Amino acid sequence: MRHIISILIENESGALSRVAGLFSARGYNIESLTVAITEDPSLSRMTLVTRGSEEIIEQITKQLNKLIDVVKLIDLAESFHIERELMMVKIKATGNMRDEIRSMADIFRGKIIDVTPSTYIIEMTGASEKLDAFVAAIDSDSIIEVVRSGPTGISRGEKGLHL
Amino acid sequence: MELSGAKILVQSLIDEGVEYIFGYPGGAVLHLYDALYQQEDIKHILVRHEQGATHAADGYARSTGKPGVVLVTSGPGATNAVTGIATAYMDSIPMVIISGQVSLPVIGSDAFQEVDMIGITRPCVKHNFLVKDVTKLAETIKKAFYVATTGRPGPVVIDVPKDITAPHIKVPYKYPKKVTIRSYNPVVTINKGQIKKAVELLLSAQKPIIYSGGGVVLGEASKELTAFTRTLGYPITNTLMGLGAYPSTDKQNIGMLGMHGTYEANMAMHESDVIIAIGARFDDRVTGKLDLFCPYAKIIHIDIDPASISKTVRVDIPIVGEVKPVLELMMELIKESSAKPNKKALALWWQQIATWQAVDCLQFDRESPLIKPQYVIEQLYDVTKGDAYVTSDVGQHQMWAAQYYRFDKPRRWINSGGLGTMGFGLPAAIGVKLAHPDADVACVTGEASIQMCIQELSTALQYKTPIKIINLNNRYMGMVRQWQEFSYECRYSHSYMDTIPDFVKLAEAYGHVGIRIDKPEEVRPALESAFNMKDRTVFLDIMTDRTENVYPMIEAGKGHHDMKLRVALGSTTDRELA
Ligand SMILES: Cc1cc2nc3c(=O)[nH]c(=O)nc-3n(C[C@H](O)[C@H](O)[C@H](O)COP(=O)(O)OP(=O)(O)OC[C@H]3O[C@@H](n4cnc5c(N)ncnc54)[C@H](O)[C@@H]3O)c2cc1C
Ligand SMILES: Cc1ncc(C[n+]2csc(CCOP(=O)(O)OP(=O)(O)O)c2C)c(N)n1
Ligand SMILES: [Mg+2]
Repeated sequence: MRHIISILIENESGALSRVAGLFSARGYNIESLTVAITEDPSLSRMTLVTRGSEEIIEQITKQLNKLIDVVKLIDLAESFHIERELMMVKIKATGNMRDEIRSMADIFRGKIIDVTPSTYIIEMTGASEKLDAFVAAIDSDSIIEVVRSGPTGISRGEKGLHL
Repeated sequence: MELSGAKILVQSLIDEGVEYIFGYPGGAVLHLYDALYQQEDIKHILVRHEQGATHAADGYARSTGKPGVVLVTSGPGATNAVTGIATAYMDSIPMVIISGQVSLPVIGSDAFQEVDMIGITRPCVKHNFLVKDVTKLAETIKKAFYVATTGRPGPVVIDVPKDITAPHIKVPYKYPKKVTIRSYNPVVTINKGQIKKAVELLLSAQKPIIYSGGGVVLGEASKELTAFTRTLGYPITNTLMGLGAYPSTDKQNIGMLGMHGTYEANMAMHESDVIIAIGARFDDRVTGKLDLFCPYAKIIHIDIDPASISKTVRVDIPIVGEVKPVLELMMELIKESSAKPNKKALALWWQQIATWQAVDCLQFDRESPLIKPQYVIEQLYDVTKGDAYVTSDVGQHQMWAAQYYRFDKPRRWINSGGLGTMGFGLPAAIGVKLAHPDADVACVTGEASIQMCIQELSTALQYKTPIKIINLNNRYMGMVRQWQEFSYECRYSHSYMDTIPDFVKLAEAYGHVGIRIDKPEEVRPALESAFNMKDRTVFLDIMTDRTENVYPMIEAGKGHHDMKLRVALGSTTDRELA
């Protein structure tokens, strides 16, 4: 099953490589990994998407917790949460394709953020499946590049991951 | 007080109470060596290879419980230390390793003798630190000792760039009394509910067994384990790392379990209905094939590291905590409980165990004209009255030492279990002897293993650490040969060396005593004279039976109940007999 593990980690050089190294050394898979600073500059927040059986996910969280730099973590998949991913897509857009792509972007609530005579860049946020769907809906020959941030997430309600 | 980084580092170690540093100098640590030269509190042991430094510090740590300290230079000094760091990591041994590093401004430029020590050691340390600011040095050292020695112990590397130790940059020094790390809290609150459940299960058992490991040694909980086991009257088995935590000569102890454990210990595991694992980590050498592991048992597991619990074997009652307080709490509950161990069931269980013991799985040919390695260990046990510190290398000799030297005290058996590092024994023995100058220290080794760190014979002379090297010389990498005999139709591919050195001359060249032993009747007198030479290191080169194998054995893919014995059992299985 897919799990989104949200980690509060010391903002120190090497902290990221400890997490990445743990996954490669123990053969766990990482689907995506995002990391950025939090409101407290000494802490980073990492969101890691992985897949595995319950046993493997249990080991992953235990092993992550063992890393000295890891302050706290939660498995978002265990409770109600909101998940968002940012995507930017550069698409060939000429002739009557320009209208078609624009309306497609509208349907998916994307924004056109850059325009040239022959291209658009579309920005879109949402759950990863929505972004997948948009990419699938565009003729693959016209896609120049796709940049995705990987999902990040936050739990609903009063509960939160903080010190 | 204002001090240079080099002096701060040395003073911090002094303030931490460090007695010995095992090290080897080089460019990146010259400032540090200069600071060491100017003090007398810490004794520096100059090894002959950095691997030796790590194993010697490790031996010191295993035999005392105190962290071992290592100092090496950058680049090759650091990489040479990696095997020893990984060895300590696998067996959860507290160590602090200080490695020199190139100066901060040139890190990353492929500078002379630069390696990414933080990157290289990341997967085999509990934690590592790169010191980037001399004002944080003392605090970093305190943190390193704190992390290394608390919770599940392990090695910690401090990588110190040369400019951090420069003599002309002085900063205020104060060694912190205490440090906290917000993301590291080794103190766990023990879940009383789990303890209660565990005690209920334990007291309801019909065929219980206590399976204890290295965590009892690491957690200094021998006394508690002994009281617990005696109170219950249950059989106990130890892992290779747990030997000595419960007296081996006690009748409740049914020996080691696992691949080369006793028949009775493995059969009892297989047939048990309740297992309590105490500071043991269900290693693959212990479990055999996982699908076949203990099919009838409910399992309780006490471990300080949650990641050790249900890692390979799912357990029914996990208890996260230090062995010592957990056992104390369990004892209280057992005493208060109205339920008592089931005497009738227990008597039957012991009867069944006696039938397995009757198989006499550790028997060997006592009439042989050749020297049997098992006999040598028995004699070693006898000559040292079972009270020596015994280090070992890796191979058949290690297993024989584990099987035939009956350790009654913890921290007496010093070996590399998790990594299985050949070359460990000799330097470890030096570390042990430094820590226990009045004790007998023996290193049981093989002619292949001993050559991996043989250069440390020179260290043993310089620091006058009289140890006794028991070389079970079978002219084979016996352990490899055994596997080739059993699983590769005797194709002995490269498990033999044509040119084994004359160890007697070699020992003498290093300034020690060398004795070669060819006949069984020479073994005892040679051991006696070796241990009587109190102030000499003696190398006993003992020509043992080349073809001897370690029995019993669980072969690959088999379960506990399916051991290969020296003398095969009849066709009736013991389950049927019982
Ligand atoms: C050639 C060879 C053959 C081998 N054959 C065998 C064999 O037949 N049988 C065998 O048993 N081993 C054998 N081994 C060793 C094996 O590889 C493992 O090293 C060993 O089984 C692990 O022992 P352990 O389970 O006691 O764990 P250790 O490695 O000693 O780990 C200790 C456990 O206790 C926990 N712990 C630490 N401190 C505390 C504390 N204070 N409180 C609570 N928990 C704590 C740790 O978290 C860890 O889980 C062999 C090794 C070699 C090289
Ligand atoms: C550094 C290292 N390399 C290789 C091995 C694999 N290995 C395990 S036992 C062994 C043979 C050991 O031979 P020896 O020291 O003579 O001991 P014996 O088994 O003959 O008693 C080898 C090569 C190892 N454990 N460590
Ligand atoms: Mg050999």
